[in-house]
Formats: sequence, structure tokens, C-alpha cells
Amino acid sequence: MSALLEVSGVTVSFDGFRAINNLTFQIGEAELRAVIGPNGAGKTTFMDIVTGKTRPDEGHILWGEKSTSLLGLSEAQIAREGIGRKFQKPTVFEEQTIRENLLMALKNARGPLAVLFYRPTRPDLDRVENLAAQISLDDALDRLAGELSHGQKQWLEIGMLLAQEPRLLLVDEPAAGMTKIEREKTTAILVEAAKTRAVVVVEHDMEFVQRLNCKVTVLHEGSVLAEGSLDHVTKNQDVIDVYLGR
Amino acid sequence: MERSFIARNPSVLIFISILALFTIGVTVLSEGFGIGVISTSFVKTLGKTLCLCLIAIAMDLIWGYAGILSLGHFAFFGLGGYMVGMWLMYERTRQIVETSLAETALPPTPKEISTAIGNQIFGVVGSSEFPVIWAFADSLAIQLALVVLVPGLLALIFGWLAFRSRVTGVYLSILTQAMTLGLSLYLFQNASGLRGNNGLSGLQNLPGVEAPQSVVSVWMFWISALALGLAYLLVAWLVSGKFGSVIRGIRDSEARVRFLGYSVEHYKLAVFTLTACIAGIGGALYYPQAGIINPAEIAPIASIYLAVWVAIGGRGRLYGAVIGAAFVSLASSWLTGGQAPDINLGFYTIKWVDWWLVLLGLSFVLVTLFAPKGIGGLFDLATHNTKPEGKK
Amino acid sequence: MLRPLTPSRCDGVNPRKPDMKTPILVILAMLSALLFATTTAAQTGPSPVQDVLQEHRALLEKSSRKTIGPAIDAIALSGLPQMQGVLEAWRAKDVWQRLDDGLFFIAKKNATGDYDLTDFDSGQVVGTAPKKQLKQLKPNSGIRAMIATALVTFQLTDPDPEKRAAALVSLTRDPEAALLPPLRASIASETDEVLLARKSRLERLMTMAYDTDEAARVAAITEMAGDLSLDFRATLNPILSTKLVAAKADEAANVNIAKTLLPGDEALPRDEAYALLVKQDLTAPLVTAADRNAALVANIKEARVGGIFVQRLNTEVARDEAYAALVATGVAPPILSITEVDAILANHQFFFAYQEPSSAVTDAARKALDASETNVAANQAIDLGLDALSLASIYFLAAIGLAITFGVMGVINMAHGEFIMMGAYTGYVIQQVIPDHTISIIVAVPVAFGVTFMAGVALERLVIRWLYHRPLETLLATFGVSIVLQQLAKNIFGTQARPLTPPGWLDGAWVINDVVSISYIRIAIFVLALLFLALFLFIMKRTRLGLETRTVTQNPRMAASMGINPDRVNMLTFGLGSGIAGIAGVAIGLFAKVTSEMGGDYIVQSFMTVVVGGVGNIWGTLAGAAMIGTFQKGVEWLNPSNTLAAQTFMIVFIIIFIQFRPRGIVALKGRAAGD
Repeated sequence: MSALLEVSGVTVSFDGFRAINNLTFQIGEAELRAVIGPNGAGKTTFMDIVTGKTRPDEGHILWGEKSTSLLGLSEAQIAREGIGRKFQKPTVFEEQTIRENLLMALKNARGPLAVLFYRPTRPDLDRVENLAAQISLDDALDRLAGELSHGQKQWLEIGMLLAQEPRLLLVDEPAAGMTKIEREKTTAILVEAAKTRAVVVVEHDMEFVQRLNCKVTVLHEGSVLAEGSLDHVTKNQDVIDVYLGR
Repeated sequence: MERSFIARNPSVLIFISILALFTIGVTVLSEGFGIGVISTSFVKTLGKTLCLCLIAIAMDLIWGYAGILSLGHFAFFGLGGYMVGMWLMYERTRQIVETSLAETALPPTPKEISTAIGNQIFGVVGSSEFPVIWAFADSLAIQLALVVLVPGLLALIFGWLAFRSRVTGVYLSILTQAMTLGLSLYLFQNASGLRGNNGLSGLQNLPGVEAPQSVVSVWMFWISALALGLAYLLVAWLVSGKFGSVIRGIRDSEARVRFLGYSVEHYKLAVFTLTACIAGIGGALYYPQAGIINPAEIAPIASIYLAVWVAIGGRGRLYGAVIGAAFVSLASSWLTGGQAPDINLGFYTIKWVDWWLVLLGLSFVLVTLFAPKGIGGLFDLATHNTKPEGKK
Repeated sequence: MLRPLTPSRCDGVNPRKPDMKTPILVILAMLSALLFATTTAAQTGPSPVQDVLQEHRALLEKSSRKTIGPAIDAIALSGLPQMQGVLEAWRAKDVWQRLDDGLFFIAKKNATGDYDLTDFDSGQVVGTAPKKQLKQLKPNSGIRAMIATALVTFQLTDPDPEKRAAALVSLTRDPEAALLPPLRASIASETDEVLLARKSRLERLMTMAYDTDEAARVAAITEMAGDLSLDFRATLNPILSTKLVAAKADEAANVNIAKTLLPGDEALPRDEAYALLVKQDLTAPLVTAADRNAALVANIKEARVGGIFVQRLNTEVARDEAYAALVATGVAPPILSITEVDAILANHQFFFAYQEPSSAVTDAARKALDASETNVAANQAIDLGLDALSLASIYFLAAIGLAITFGVMGVINMAHGEFIMMGAYTGYVIQQVIPDHTISIIVAVPVAFGVTFMAGVALERLVIRWLYHRPLETLLATFGVSIVLQQLAKNIFGTQARPLTPPGWLDGAWVINDVVSISYIRIAIFVLALLFLALFLFIMKRTRLGLETRTVTQNPRMAASMGINPDRVNMLTFGLGSGIAGIAGVAIGLFAKVTSEMGGDYIVQSFMTVVVGGVGNIWGTLAGAAMIGTFQKGVEWLNPSNTLAAQTFMIVFIIIFIQFRPRGIVALKGRAAGD
């Protein structure tokens, strides 16, 4: 299986502090992966690098069948390549309706002129309804996103990512601040999404990771400490020392 | 399915109707076309106010909707005024010069005419040569095109530099302020080719028009009202669709929009340039009614006042911007024009000329603190509509 | 010898005076005058002054610039101390002659309308006379100038050092060849060391300009080559002054040529070359367009000129055609073709000629001046550096408070400029209460700090703290405050500028040489800026407030959870920033006018300083101020006539600079940058 995303030898430092140190990471098509690690392990920075927000000092990031380099592309270009990103804090457009939020995310031409003359088509509106059903917001399409609960906002954001139809989904702590039922629902959405695309979930909550039931990558001090099934990594002595043992 | 644009935005229809009624009313009451209750100078004031409403709409689009607090839009307004002013001044001077040269024994040659016009226009800055930038001053069509092109180009270059390097927030505001300061300082120089601090004058006289000012002022009022109405329609349409969604998204969460795959910089640049063009048109209509334009007009303070109008009127809703600009600028010209009666407190006489700015500044602080939605927000309260305009 | 004898003063029309005397003659004249004075004194009583005057009575009565010379010489060289008074009174038109006996007196109108007559020798009033019995000596301006020259001779040897110093000043201001010998003569007897040095220096300078011996002049010039002083350069410049001259090509030019030019050179366009020939009557003027038009108008016959209808003459081509027709009929002179003009130009030579005839002198002067100018350029660079430094310290002072509030709280305070103004007005008010400038400034600094500190705290409590996390709105609200403060200041203090007078010891400048100087006020501001840098570093690194401030800057939530009250820190920081603005106001008020609008002059520059420097770091502010100050001075130096252009360029420069360092010179990276 060829890798969809291949990160190799990436290093980045802020004012002398090495946030990411010679990191290597791979993920294939339709794979679900959990990334765990203690605070400051570089999880968010890793996402920043893949999505183009932070430029690495060295290393390569290759994408897709043609192995195009993502370095030098802007965030928007990378997103259009098919990488969606969910922020740690739910970030939706609170002053707009759920329909508007989803319509904006829908995979369509992104240029200002095309957007200016865009009018929603029947298939587009159907797709919005479907997505809303997926994230259990189909009865709230005309409500303002700002009126939603915390968990619903998380879902809406995931829904917007799905609307983008990305090939790789980067999800930063999706379960934070959710009730148990909401978490289960979130797990279901992510597992479902991973059937057709690659999904990387950064998470703290071990129980949540367990429920994802997927390969786990442990980050520590900016590089990969261990990789494998959750059982495998939790038996790794290094992992126990730096993370679980505390 | 989608309802029509006007049906989704009833405020647009209301606004256009009020504007039309207002225009008819002013025409009927004017000296030039009606019973003469409204003096010509007041018609001009009202016409100028419409132009200020026009730039306020531009300001609302860039600030209220796209969240970019530009403190430099009067630079574009002024440039628009300069562009049309160049033609007005050139053409009028040419007519005067040709009339006076017709008396001479030999019929004037083109060179003589151009030298005489140059002397008339640039004598005040000690020159008679036409600077390069006046190359098209004899062509109304080109100068009218420049009214949009010059501010648009400046906005494009400046915006490209600023947005490309991700300058945002207060940094961007300060930078736009620096831009207008730089431009005004540049125009203050005699070498700028636009008559330094003398500016362009006599713009109220439309060349080739014999009609008295009382009639011309109403014409200009009509054009201003038309421009305002069209701009209102355009901007309301713009913000009602997905484009509006995206720019409001940029205002509220720039990173989210970016990670959705939108090139935020392109949108910002498009809005910045478009608003600059609207501002340029506003200026091109304003200064023929004001009669004179000089670099002091585009000092940074003017653009800050623009932000004050929009904030007091209520940003993020187009009628708010119009109300703010009309209300504050009219109140300001009434209270500082010396017509308003002083208030005698016995121990102290409050002169409006001295205290108006104090009042404006205070009310501005209060509006920012307690009524971020401005006067427009009051309409929301009255109609129990808590959603900002543009919602379905 | 008191005649002007320099070439520069001789305009060539006036014949040279026949009474040019060598120093030997001077001494003879002095001796004879002394002799004469003593003899007459013996004969007619103690009235030597009157005797000298009477001896030259005819000349004095005639009072003509051409003939008065010997009379002035006699008076000046008589050696009588009273003669200085005579000359001064004469110059002031106070000398009158009594008609009945021809004696001269100082006459002053008294209360009755008659004139009191004062005798020169005794200095006593010796009588009165009505005006009609008197005749005033009315020296014309030429004579008064000669008297003044004569007076200088007197004053240079005056026993009073102050008078000698004054004479040197007037001699420096208005040197002339005739005064070189008396100056030289006075050096030997000079006792005052300072005056001696000044006299020697002046003697050197005047030698360069006026000595009759070429070698002496060259020596004097070479000796001082490279000197920076203004007077040296001012002496050389007239020696090197040139005049554009044309001559026939075959004529050998009998002048000191500085540079030969060809028509069409950059320095000599063909038109100018031809105009010069016309001016020197070397050729006939060209037919100008105006001449042509006049000729056309003069020859209109039956609505035609040269066979062409007048209406058709609205192009240059048609007019040329019509004129050619006139030329053909011989009514008008022909217009020369370009080749003809070229031929005329080729028949002449053009050059810059020195006014100074001696090429040895001009060569030496050129070399000396070049050396000086190199030296001057180097010193100007130093001076510019000092200027930039003082401008940078002003920006630093103005921006430091802004940088604190912006860096710590992310708040742009648009009223910062008005706090500067408030500080300046505080200084002004205190000067009204305490008249002593030194004490009042010493009082003003802490009071201004206090006033603006309180204003800042009030602003923070009342407005800003409600608007944290809404930076754009803070910007606008503080702008509202700035409108209010500005208008209030206008209402209270009026629109005219108020002075904030610096204490006497800050007057003047530290002059290093004629090129490099820096005013004491600017030095004081520089010192003040250094003090504030030190104070700021001390507060930030060594005090509890500094620690808490840094904590709040880096992570407000963490700071709050550690028991630091961010509210209090914000309030104090804002107060501190505002207080420093107040002190900056006092400093700025010392050299700039205090007006209600002065804040606006500094606010944009302060913003630029902060933006360029980078937020949240005092060194960034320092670097930003240094950069903007240097850049502005640099542009002003390149284009000194246009300070507006300098500011425009600076703004363009900043916009471009932001492209490369969007977060300023000293940028915070990573999480602290707060994306």
C-alpha cells in the first residue's frame, strides 16, 4: 500500500526549542490513526506543519500518488489538495446558520469570482441535508451555529470537514468537553469517515482512543516514540516511562 | 429553493424606496427645480452627504463584513476626487483660455493654448508645464475610468503587499493609516503635479454647462443618489450570497476559512479593491459639489471619522452605515457651522463649535462600550430581529 | 591708504584713487600729523582736533566721496584719542559747522529748538546756536563707509578689549583689502591671547583674499587646506567664484579659465550658449516665436499674412510658412536654421572664468577647498548621525509607553498622542506657577508623570478593560477619547501654541566644529531616553510588577491561576505607559510648540516605531526608533529641501519592510506570538 501522506525527517524549532525533531510519519488511504503523546510532544505543531501553517526547518512532506511536496503550498492550497483540519477548539462561523456553514465548506470552486456568482444547486442542498443528518443536525439547518452546544459545534466542524471531501482528515482532540454519549457518536462519525479516507485523530483520552480501535502513534519531544496497536504501545517500556507511567 | 434577492432582504427595498422619496422631495423643494425651500448650498450639503454615505457603505463592507478596519479609505475617496477634478479644472481652464485667446490677432496654436492652460493651472506652484499625470486630463472618459482605476490599483498594490505578508488586526489598521498619511504628505508637495497644498479648485463649475448652480446642484444630487442606490444594491447582493458568507467567515474565523481551502488573501484583496473603487466614485461625486479638493482632505483623521460614522450607525448592516454617515456628518456640519444656538447656563455658555467634538468623542466611546451595534441596533430592537442583516 | 583697492571693490568705471600709499608713507603721515598737532597746539591753545579739522575744512565742506579721502586719513592717523569720537559723530551726522567762524562742533538739538554745541577737544558744551547759523556735515553712504573703515583701524588698537573684539567682529563680517595692513599692525601690540588668536586667524584669511603677493596668498591657503571652519570656506568661495564667458574662437582668452565648455554640454545647453553670445553682443538675437508672431501681426493685410489667411495661422507650421513668405519679401529677418546656429556656436569658445586672475591662487584654493569638502562631508555624516540619534531618542520616548501597552495588553492606545500633549500642557501650567525654569522643569517631570498616570489608569478602568480581546474596538474607543482630550485642550488653552521654555542651561548647542553641533536640549532628551530605557529594564527585570507584567504578557490565564491579578497588572502597566508618555510630552514640549494637536504629530511615528520594532520587546522599540530616525534623517539628507518627501518615503519604506519582517525587527516566535 503506497502512503497517502509521507512525512520524513521533519524538524522545526522556535527560538532554539525543537518542537519537532526529525519526525517521520506515514499514513495510507482509508486508514484511521490515533496520535497520542504528553503535553508539548509536538502533536499540534505536527498538524501545523502538515497543513502548512508552520514551515519546517528541514525535512520532506510528500502527498498523494504523485508524491507532490506540500512544502511551499499555502494553507488554502493544501486544503484544496484534500487535507481537512479540525481545530482543538471548535471553530465554526457562529454568526451564520448551519446551512451556510455547510454550504461554505462544500466542495466547490473556491475562487472569489466563482463564489460571487455561486447559487446553491439542488444536489448541493441535498448534500447539505445528508451531511446534517450524519451529524444529527438536520432539524437545525436554519439555526445560527453560535446557538449550538459545544458538542454540536464539534460535530458541525467535523461535518464541514466532510463536506470538503478531503482525502485526509486531521482531527485535534474531537472529544474534549463532550458527554459520554456525544463521544460515542463522535467515534462513530470518525470510524465511518475513515472507511473512505485517511483520518488522523490527536487525542488525550485513552478510552476514546481505545474505542477508535486503530493503529496508534506515540509522540514524545517531537519525534515518534512508538507505533502499533494500542496494546502494543502500552506495553512499550519507553512509552510507560514518559507517558503512562506518570 | 432560494427566494429572490430582494425578497430575502426586505431592508434593501425599504432603503431604495426611502432614497427615491428623499430624492423626489429634495428636488421638489429645491431652488433649481421646485419651490425653493431648500437653498442651493443645502442641496449641495445633502448631495455631499449622499457621497459620504456611499463611502460609508464601502467602509461597512470592508470593516463590518470582512472585519478589516481600514483607516485609509479616504485616500481612495480623495484620489477619485482628484481624478475627476483634473478633468474639470483642465476643461474649464481651457474654455476660459480659449475665450481670452480668441481676442488676439492671430488664432491660437495648440501649443499656445496648452502653455496658457498650464500657466493658469500651475502658475500657483511656479510652473507652466503639464506633469505627466495630466496626460489624459483632456479626456472625460479616461479620467472617469481613472476614478475607479487609480484607487483600485493603489488598493490592489497596497492590499497585495499587506495581505500577502499576513498583516492583520491593528497592525493592518495602522498600516492603512500610514498609507493615507503618506499619500497626503506626497500630495502636499508641489512636485506631486497636483498643485500641492492648493489642491484643485473651481470644481463646482461643470465645463460647457450654462445652467446656474441651483440647477447643477440638483443634477449632482441626482447622480449621487443614483450612485448610492446602485452601490447599496451591489453591496447588499454581494453580502447576501456565498461571497458574503465567506467574507463574514473571514471576519469571525480567518483560520477556519483558510483551512476550508479558501485563499483568504484573495478575498480580502478583492473586497479591499472593490471598496476602494466605490470610495473613488464617492469622491468623484463629492468634490464637484464641494468645489475644492486639497491634500488635507485625505489626512488620516478623515478616515478615522469614517470609522466613527459606521460604528455609530451600526456596522455589519448597510443601512446602519448610511444612517451613521448621514446623521453624524449632518449634525457635525450643523453644529460646527455656527447655526446651532448656544446654550446659556448662566455661569457658562456652551458653544457648540467648541463642544461638539467632545460630545462626538464621548458618544463614540459610549457606543463602542455599550452599543456595539450602533444606531442600526435600535432598529433590530424595534423589529425584535436579533439577527444581523443578510440572514435568511 | 584707506581707499578700497581690492579688484572686487573696483568696479572698473571708477579710476583708481591716486593716493594709494605704502606703509612707509603711512608712518610718515602719522609723524607729520603728530608734528602738526603739537605745533598747532603750541600756537593756538589746546584744540588739536579742531586744528586738524580746520586744516581739511575745504574737503569736509565739499563732502564728496571722491575727494574726502585725505581728510579722513588725516583724522584717522592724527593719533588723537578724541578722533574716534569725531568719526563716530560725523558718521551719525551729528557734526555741524558754525557758519560765522567755520569751526566744527557736535550739535544736539535742545529743548528750545536751538542747538547745543560741544567742543571736540574739551568735550564741553561751549555754546548754543540757532539752526540757521549752522551747517550740518552730511556724509553720504560712500563717505560713511569710508569713515567706518577708518574707525575699524582705531578700534583694532583700542585699549578696551571689548572694543577690539567688536572691531574684529565687524571686520570679519565685512573684510576689505584696505584693512589688512592695520590688522597686521595691530597684531604685534595685542596683549589679549584670545584676541591675538582671532586676529592672527583673520589675518591669515584676509591674506588669502587680499594680499598683493601671490606667493603669500598661496601659502596661506595651502597652510589651512582641509580646514572645516565656515569662515575658511567662505573666504575660498569668492576666490573660486566663476562666471560663464564666451569669446571668439580665435581670440586667446586673457583670463583665468576654470573650465572650458562645449555648447550642448549638460552645463551649457545650446540655447543658453546662444543667449550668452547675444548677451555679450557677439551675435544677433534669434528670431523667437514671439518675434515671429509680432512680425506676422504687423504684416496682416486684408486678413492675410504672406498670402495665408489669418484664420489658418492656428498651427506652428502655418505660422512658419507665413513668416517664410515675409522673409522672402524682405520684410522680416530670416529665422536661422539649426546648422547656421551651430556654425555660429562653433565660432566661439565658452568657459567658466575665475574672477580671481591668478591661476596659482585658484589652483591652491581649489585643492584646499576639495580637501575641506571631503572633511566636511565626513563631519556632516557624524552630524547626521547625531541628528538621527536625537530623533530616534524622541521617537523612542514617544513610543515606549505605546510599546508597553501594546506589548503587554495587545491594546493600541490612540489617545497616546494626547497623553503626550497632556504632559506638555502640565509642564506649561507648572511654568505659569513656578517662574524659575529649572525648578519648574524638575517639578514638571514627576507631575506630568502623575497626571498622565492617573489619566491612563482612568482610561483603563473606564474604557479599555471592557474591551479586552476586541482590539479593533479598543483602537476606536481610545480614538474617541483622543478626540475628546484634544478638543478639551483646545477649549481650555485655546488654539495658539503655548511655550514651554527650557531652562537657560539647556540653551545653545554643543559645538564641536563648524559642521558638527548638537543642541543641549537634544542631548538632554537623549539622556532622558537612556534613563527611561534603564528604568524600564529595571522595572521589568527587577521588580515584582515587572515579573507579574511579563507573566501576564506570556500567559494571562496561567498568571491568573497563580494568584496574579491581571486586572491590577494591566491597570498599572497602562498607567506606567501613559505616565511615560506624559514625560515624553514635557521633553518634546521643550523644543516643539505645545498645541492641542501636537499629539497627532507623534502618534503615527510612534506606531511605526512599535510596528517596525516588533511588539512586546523594549529592544525592538529601541531598534525601531533607531531605524526610523536614521531613515528619516537619511532621506532628508539626500533631499534636504523636502521633508515631506522624507516622510512619504519613510512610510513606503515601512510598508515594504513589513513585507520582509511582518512581526517587526524583534519578533516573538511560536506560541508567545499568539496566532
